[in-house]
Amino acid sequence: MKIRPYGDTLSDGKVQISFTLPLNPDARGIAASKTIAKAMGMVDPQVVDSESIGDGYSLFVIYGTVPFFVDLDKIHVEEVTTPTHSREEIEELIEAKLGRDIVFVGASTGTDAHTVGIDAIMNMKGFAGHYGLERYKHISAYNLGSQVTNEEFVKQAKLLKADVLLVSQTVTQKDIHLKSLTELVELLEAENMRDKVILIAGGARITHELAKELGYDAGFGPGKFAEDVASFAILELIEREKGV
Amino acid sequence: MNKLNLDPKRIENCRQTANKIAKNIHDFIHQHTTVTIERTVCRLLGIDGVDKFDVPIVNLIVDDIKTNGDLGLGVSTYLSSAIKATGLGLPKLIENYLEGKVNLTGYPLLSKNDTISILYPYYNKKLTKIKNNRNIRTKLKGEYPNKETQIYVIVATGNIYEDVVQAKAAAKAGADIIAVIRSTGQSLLDYVPFGITTEGFGGTYATQANFKLMREALDEVAKTENRYISLVNYASGLCMPEIAAMAALERLDILLNDSLYGIIFRDINMQRTFIDQYFSRLINAYAGIIINTGEDNYLTTSDAVEEAHTVLASQFINEAFAKEAYLDESLMGLGHAFEIDPLIKDSFLLELAQAQMAREIFPNAPLKYMPPTKHITGNIFRAYQQNTMFNMITNITGQSIHLLGMMTEAIHTPFMSDRYLAIENAKLVQNALASFKDEISFKPGGLIETRAKTVLENAEALLTEVHKNGLFKTLEMGVFAGVKRPYTGGKGLDGVVTKKKEYINVIALAMEGELNEDQTLR
Repeated sequence: MKIRPYGDTLSDGKVQISFTLPLNPDARGIAASKTIAKAMGMVDPQVVDSESIGDGYSLFVIYGTVPFFVDLDKIHVEEVTTPTHSREEIEELIEAKLGRDIVFVGASTGTDAHTVGIDAIMNMKGFAGHYGLERYKHISAYNLGSQVTNEEFVKQAKLLKADVLLVSQTVTQKDIHLKSLTELVELLEAENMRDKVILIAGGARITHELAKELGYDAGFGPGKFAEDVASFAILELIEREKGV
Repeated sequence: MNKLNLDPKRIENCRQTANKIAKNIHDFIHQHTTVTIERTVCRLLGIDGVDKFDVPIVNLIVDDIKTNGDLGLGVSTYLSSAIKATGLGLPKLIENYLEGKVNLTGYPLLSKNDTISILYPYYNKKLTKIKNNRNIRTKLKGEYPNKETQIYVIVATGNIYEDVVQAKAAAKAGADIIAVIRSTGQSLLDYVPFGITTEGFGGTYATQANFKLMREALDEVAKTENRYISLVNYASGLCMPEIAAMAALERLDILLNDSLYGIIFRDINMQRTFIDQYFSRLINAYAGIIINTGEDNYLTTSDAVEEAHTVLASQFINEAFAKEAYLDESLMGLGHAFEIDPLIKDSFLLELAQAQMAREIFPNAPLKYMPPTKHITGNIFRAYQQNTMFNMITNITGQSIHLLGMMTEAIHTPFMSDRYLAIENAKLVQNALASFKDEISFKPGGLIETRAKTVLENAEALLTEVHKNGLFKTLEMGVFAGVKRPYTGGKGLDGVVTKKKEYINVIALAMEGELNEDQTLR
């Protein structure tokens, strides 16, 4: 199946973009913004708004049409394929198949000061009505908070005998989150711990595909809750322990 | 102003309890000093700069005295004694010290009075500069019209020169207050970086040179905009008093200055940061710098409906601490936030109750009101809507320091256009609701009044509990933001030193003396 963006009619290809240029919103500025839109592949770009946002800087809002279709059959995505179970189901699974308490250790690592993500997954209260891991029977959840160095994280993981490691990265600048995530994998490998834990990354710009690429077992982006993360981890643990 | 019909006796009781809580901690505070307090003394004696390894000279001095002398006597004692014994002036003494020609310890130690008279010429110079800065601020603010609600935005590029460009653009778009966010992790450094910096992560290093550059830029733009543009930075962390001193010297106007925030969110040791906070706030009081407190952050981890009373209780405690440090009410920028889940029925009314309540309980404080962050999803369009509702509450309840929400919250550090759109949003609401708050009253016994009453009652009960357990124990129990911190855990405890009977801090003595004498300074 081939598709294009949907404005008000199927496959009319309508899109909207906005950006800033270091120009005044005069005829030249508007022409420059149009040229950029065209270079991005937009046909017939309409500059619907151009306004000064400071000396010599302008904001442009542009509508236009993209001329191409994408072939869905050729799109390959890597997704977490394990099903999502409810909290109660997960608790039962642990009881029946693992028969012990499972230790989750999580942190917002590196210089990241944001705990929104890791709190949403781990804290008792959870997020948007989805309870966090602390509320789960048979799960011991340790949320180490923010700005935890990778070294400290690995140390605590060892100390707490973690089964599952959750690493959160929220706000990033100049892609430092990628460096920090990679460094953690290297540290775990050096400590001979990588195979012994389930390593999961989460955060606003984390996808499963990216996480796999970086050497993680899974990645969870926005809109995922404790049960998504726990389901993956527990099913993966069961799978691994079967193999032993 | 009493639109919510809050019980004044209950408010007074909260205040009295908070005073007692703070007093108990203050007995502890006054028995101790810390490495950063002593470094601050050095800075306000005029010592600055770094060695060839970029280690600040004030760190070298304090570490040396801690190792080879007794920091419990204070650096003031050692420096004055070294000056006396060597016959060198302070700058020359430090120069020779760095060249390894003289020691700072090992001399006969002078009395407090001798220390004061020897060091007076050095610190008097710096304190005079701080007082001049205070007068310049008062004069400039008097020349421009004053606004009840001031628009506060953040710049955070990592490069101070780029920050200047963005700050000027923001001021021209309508911002009244510019904050330069620090590089992430700076709060955990036990030293202050030196010089102009052009690289940082998630923000720009707070250095005195960077402060100076931004101050000059904002003074320049103030002239063309006919508005005083206030400059904010962040002191909370392991160098709270040092950053306060630098801010005082470069005429910053607002500092985030809250030990509770450091303990809870940065895992800084509670003993260390309470001790640091007193001296830091004393400097702010002396310099006329508004402090901002971090209660808003509690709601990023705790539920804003269930835990609203913890914010109010903490505001009372922070107010009490501020009073202990000679801060006038007009300098108490107590924090709170718009963090209730917008999908909850009547969430707007609950926010209104909380904001109005804070306004009525702290009528003379320049309250700092923080935008939604927790329930911002990445849907930038909904975020813009949430920010509009937040802006409405700000204006309906007359908040003072209005920190604007960004539609791209938690996606990236704001683009120039994000900031511009936020300012446009705030200005439109400000204008559209200009007289709204003078036109409305709240229904007696209605949802808003009842909610405020409940929160106040819960805060009162919590304060009683905190007083019973003591603040240290309360923090160990995780009452605020649901975060537990051990008394001897966290960062910076090794920098705490018990004062000896002969301890002297010439800066604190001079500031306390002047603030006690001169009520106009308060």
